[in-house]
Amino acid sequence: MSDALPLTVLYFAWLRERTGVAEERVVPPPGIANVAALVDWLAGRSAGHAAAFADRAVVRCAVNQEFADPATPLHAGDEVAFFPPVTGG
Amino acid sequence: MARILVQTADFDTGAELGRLTAGRSDIGGIGCFVGTVRDTAAGRKIAALTLEHYPAMTERALAAIAAEAERRWELLGCTVIHRVGRLAPGANIVLVLAASAHRQAALEATAFLIDWLKTKAPFWKKEELADGAATWVEARETDTDAAARWSA
Repeated sequence: MSDALPLTVLYFAWLRERTGVAEERVVPPPGIANVAALVDWLAGRSAGHAAAFADRAVVRCAVNQEFADPATPLHAGDEVAFFPPVTGG
Repeated sequence: MARILVQTADFDTGAELGRLTAGRSDIGGIGCFVGTVRDTAAGRKIAALTLEHYPAMTERALAAIAAEAERRWELLGCTVIHRVGRLAPGANIVLVLAASAHRQAALEATAFLIDWLKTKAPFWKKEELADGAATWVEARETDTDAAARWSA
């Protein structure tokens, strides 16, 4: 069992609108060691978070400003961002 | 070294071309792509497009895409400018310039840069319709296909 990790979580586009927050500092319980586990835990924070993560196939993630996937490990102090597939250009 | 800018202000395509070529005579061709706000989406009138981005990541992602273009083609200069904020129909969104000694590298690098930017840079578009409704633009499979043709 790993220690609790303080993390900064950012939400963009409709994930920000559904969660109702652009940025939050969270300390998930011990055992949340990768992106997939964090998503499971975040989805339980509010009805808005549950709505934001309802369809995980359309949620993308970056850890410390690099694209990440569900298996990407997390470390104390990481910046984890959740957003829909990008649509720039 | 690419010139990468993310800004709310408009850009001047002619001035950027001039900046890329100023004082040099080794360039033989410059590829140029300008993306602009179209006034319709799926047959509906658009009042405005709002571009959101992830500031801490955006310039880094664009620099990585430009570095990949410079690795694949012999470029003599490269410019990527992407606007954010609320943009009216007809407004400029993005500028991509790629300069090389020969046209093929310039044109291919330009297409590569915009294709990769569309699938790998953290920007999101929200369309505001004339009736006030607003919806997030969904990623298109054709964009993913366009980016995939460069994988090798």
